[in-house]
Amino acid sequence: MKTLVQRNIRDRIMESLLVLSTIVVLLPLVIIIVHVIVNGISALNWDFFTQELGSPSRALQGRPTGLVHTILGTLVVDSMALIMAIPIGMGAGIMLSEFPDHKLNPTIRIMNDTLNGMPAILKGLLAFVLIVKPMGTFSGLAGAVALAFVMIPILARTTESALMSIPWSIREAGLAIGLPRWRVVLSTVMPAARFGLVTGTLIAFARAAGEAAPLLFTSFGNNYLPNHWLGMILGPADTLPQRLYSLAISPYTHWHSMGWAAAIVLLVFVILCFGTARYLTRQKH
Amino acid sequence: MKSDSNSGSDYTSEAQELLRRPPSALYRWLGDRIFSVVVVFLGLSIIGLAVAMAVVLFGEGSQSIRQFGFLGFVRGTTWDPAVQLVFGAFPFLFGTLVTSVAALLISFFPAIAVAIFAAEYAPRWLAGIIDNLVQLIAAVPSVVIGIWGIFVLAPWLRDNVYLPVFTWAEASHPALLPILGNPMGYGMATATIVLALMIVPYTTALAKDAIKSVPVEQREASRALGATKWEVIRMAVLPYARGGILAGAILSLGRAIGETMAVAMLIGNRNSLPFSIFGAGATMPSVIVNEFREAVESLHLSSLMAIGFTLFVIALIVNLLAAWLTRKFSIKGGQVI
Repeated sequence: MKTLVQRNIRDRIMESLLVLSTIVVLLPLVIIIVHVIVNGISALNWDFFTQELGSPSRALQGRPTGLVHTILGTLVVDSMALIMAIPIGMGAGIMLSEFPDHKLNPTIRIMNDTLNGMPAILKGLLAFVLIVKPMGTFSGLAGAVALAFVMIPILARTTESALMSIPWSIREAGLAIGLPRWRVVLSTVMPAARFGLVTGTLIAFARAAGEAAPLLFTSFGNNYLPNHWLGMILGPADTLPQRLYSLAISPYTHWHSMGWAAAIVLLVFVILCFGTARYLTRQKH
Repeated sequence: MKSDSNSGSDYTSEAQELLRRPPSALYRWLGDRIFSVVVVFLGLSIIGLAVAMAVVLFGEGSQSIRQFGFLGFVRGTTWDPAVQLVFGAFPFLFGTLVTSVAALLISFFPAIAVAIFAAEYAPRWLAGIIDNLVQLIAAVPSVVIGIWGIFVLAPWLRDNVYLPVFTWAEASHPALLPILGNPMGYGMATATIVLALMIVPYTTALAKDAIKSVPVEQREASRALGATKWEVIRMAVLPYARGGILAGAILSLGRAIGETMAVAMLIGNRNSLPFSIFGAGATMPSVIVNEFREAVESLHLSSLMAIGFTLFVIALIVNLLAAWLTRKFSIKGGQVI
């Protein structure tokens, strides 16, 4: 039997080890954010938001370069993905929460969790086979489909839990005044759960917006702004995460600092989405 | 306020309308029928998507699988897309398993420690901050961690860790050199360290929920027996929460196996065994990223798809295991953003 003093010392040692581990885990996050800001802030100027990238020689000759085509491409591809994913993801979420006795629900739930855990790169391969191969060209559309595959399981999950958090008495009240089932869901349950639905959408959007792997062989990337706006949908489009990867592994120092600047933009965007989502979740309670 | 009163009056007039003239039976019946058909169809599309992924990856990889046989493909150690056109996925399978398991081993105890500290020690405000920061780690895009790894972490590790260890081994234990490998900074060790950092949130989130779900009576009883705080945690809390901790660890392993961009940017990309600790290696996702865009031969493309199929099978097993564990120990929540 150990003495009380020994046990108390052990208690103290463990407590300080726990504090130390917490710091060790969280420190890299702070270091990463500081490095990204310090290295990227100088390249984050007016040209960055107004010029296109062009060929490497353009940067070497000192002519203005930027990522306007990347930012526009990201907006186009990500919002297309959202438009495709919302009906499917939310529809599946509605099925799981509003038809709780359906025989297929356990299967769908397991499939959905598995799909959510699947590496995003496999979703890119799937979109490559389904869209790029038949179309014969890399396209923003294919990238959007790949990102939609990333969003759908997240949306289904968050929609289910948002709708489940609405008490059954609200549905019963709707049914009692004679509303049909579908009106109960669309006009009472979903508006009541709007905070949860918006939160889920933001989380899905932010998660997909940070993915580069599914875009590399679907939207592929493009150094120039297309001549016609349809070029971003039907032809290769540039997106921030995939451009960041290409800039980082390129041999040009000017492109490296532009990569850091792209990292700032991406980080700020993702943190804003997650911050809003967490703020909304807290408002709800 | 104004919009509120507007929509309020809308609702009233709508309700009055409904009372005066209730919707016809056909409208209700047809509406519900259409609604349930559409919703069930959308729900089924989840199953369709999962099945499509398996079928497509297998179908596209079938040329390679037929040529080498599935076991032959998985066991083959030669990956030569240039000259012989022989494709074996074992180096990548090995790289994926070694980096993921090592990353899990490195990150497991710190991640659990964060969960214990946030759930048992920290005051409420601090626990909130820690929780937000841990979730933020999961939110940082993989490519951002990748660019940091390329320009900051890898050079730092090379100068301060790998080179000193290498020169020490060179001077006193030359037999270790082939195991250590070329200390250029980009390699298995760097990729593993970055992976360990990236999977912490998944272990922590599930472990924290499991710890929080331990009944207070459990803690009070052992306190009453005279246990110190740490003894309470070790003897009363952790045994009770082990299911959630295990499920979180498996889920983290799944994330590590599928993690693509940061690894592809840092692992150095070498297609042949033997891999060494500091030296370059490759994983299944990293080789797909690196070679897919340049693959010309149909057999090469098919082999990459077959690697995708192998990755699918492994991720499926790991995810089903995690799902089974969370259900068995009935852990609620624990979702990472």
